[in-house]
Amino acid sequence: MYKTPAIVLRSRKIGDTDKVLTLYAANLGKIEAVAKGVRKAKSRLAGHVEPMTHATFMLAKGKSLDVVTQVETIEPFAALRDDLDRLSRAVYVCELLDRFVEPHADNFGLYRLLLATLRRIAEREDVDTPVRFFEMALLDALGYRPELEECVACRTKLAPVLNYWTAAGGGVVCPACRRDEMAVRPISANAVKLLRLHLHGRFSDVSRVRVDAELALELERALGEYVRWVLERDVRSAAFIDAVRRRRGVAHGIEPRDVGYTGAATAANAED
Amino acid sequence: MNEQLGAAPAPVTRLIEEFHRLPGIGPKSAQRLTYHLLRVPHGDAVALAQAIIELKERTVLCSVCQNVTEDDPCAICRDDRRDRAVICVVEEPLDILAVERTRGFHGLYHVLHGVISPMEGIGPEDLKVNELLARVRGGAVQEVIMATNPNLEGEATAMYASRLLTPLGVRVTRLARGLPMGSDLEYADDVTLSRAIENRQDV
Ligand SMILES: [Zn+2]
Ligand SMILES: [Zn+2]
Repeated sequence: MYKTPAIVLRSRKIGDTDKVLTLYAANLGKIEAVAKGVRKAKSRLAGHVEPMTHATFMLAKGKSLDVVTQVETIEPFAALRDDLDRLSRAVYVCELLDRFVEPHADNFGLYRLLLATLRRIAEREDVDTPVRFFEMALLDALGYRPELEECVACRTKLAPVLNYWTAAGGGVVCPACRRDEMAVRPISANAVKLLRLHLHGRFSDVSRVRVDAELALELERALGEYVRWVLERDVRSAAFIDAVRRRRGVAHGIEPRDVGYTGAATAANAED
Repeated sequence: MNEQLGAAPAPVTRLIEEFHRLPGIGPKSAQRLTYHLLRVPHGDAVALAQAIIELKERTVLCSVCQNVTEDDPCAICRDDRRDRAVICVVEEPLDILAVERTRGFHGLYHVLHGVISPMEGIGPEDLKVNELLARVRGGAVQEVIMATNPNLEGEATAMYASRLLTPLGVRVTRLARGLPMGSDLEYADDVTLSRAIENRQDV
């Protein structure tokens, strides 16, 4: 029997009334556990084992999977469940962490990152910036930091011009080194600056930058592509974010933010 | 398991594989069921096979509500005592039985045949959502009650449907919170479920 705070990353039905939970536990990393009978209306555990719940779990060692014996919710994150925009981002973040980490590789930093990210998605009006910050922090923490200072081919310092983003190459490639056969996408000087801020800055720095829709989309595409390349697969819930956005009637798949174009100037000033 | 399979005759391994593809049936259960059927009287085994064939040949989805039925439209959709202004949307055909047991609902149903499940890659396009929209666009509907399960996927589906339906000028409601989060509608007792229908709220 042991006790740990954890966040429910996902749950899947098993048998007639049980669920298998994937938890991210504070000092244990990713673990799986069975919650028995939770799909019955009278279950004591039921309300506490939904994805994104932050709770203290009592677990008993089981034959193959550990068994949840008791749960006490710390943060139910109801705000994440009551709003489609928040819900879709929170699910994406949980899926990303689940796919990136191996079971039982404990990393308290990632636990805190996940909690902070869920809180930001629950509380902030702009639900996408916390996701971008999470993606970059996760890549960095797991050793996949993209190269943002030098060209990945010739190693010269990147000029503030239109460069190219290569997930397979591990970052930015300069116009001189770019070859037709490379899978690249153009990346603006502002986007590179903003990515650097995501990598080196705190969330408070990043969130102060006013980003217009076009720049936000550039960042989302670049990081999304990088994540898919590292994982060697799609992140399924990304499609749900797109579906939710389409229902807002926005053509380009990203919500316009309230402010005008200020990307470069504010990215540079954000550290004041 | 593969070694054991290699030793068994082809018809045996074939049935084991078929059982193994069913939900909740692991390799061990698939083997047990197969060897059980080897031992039962010939007539019993044929009856089972016949029941499966009839299930597929004599049932269709109701072209109105998408419920499983022998006749199209189904008995509920044909019943003119039912209130055509209200549609109760459920995940699975079994959920209709649960709501009908309460005897408190007199409108029509719509079966989605699943639920939005972002992490499993199941999106709205995999469900009978367009069929629901077409019914509401038809004009007679005034209220849509989202009776999806009270869990993450059910809530996501209800909110998503609400985004689609509200612009069509229809009232969209959700079962009241009396049902515990994470439970299946199927297991709700009749009193709790009818109270949840009565006290439904706008999404
Ligand atoms: Zn270069
Ligand atoms: Zn029908």
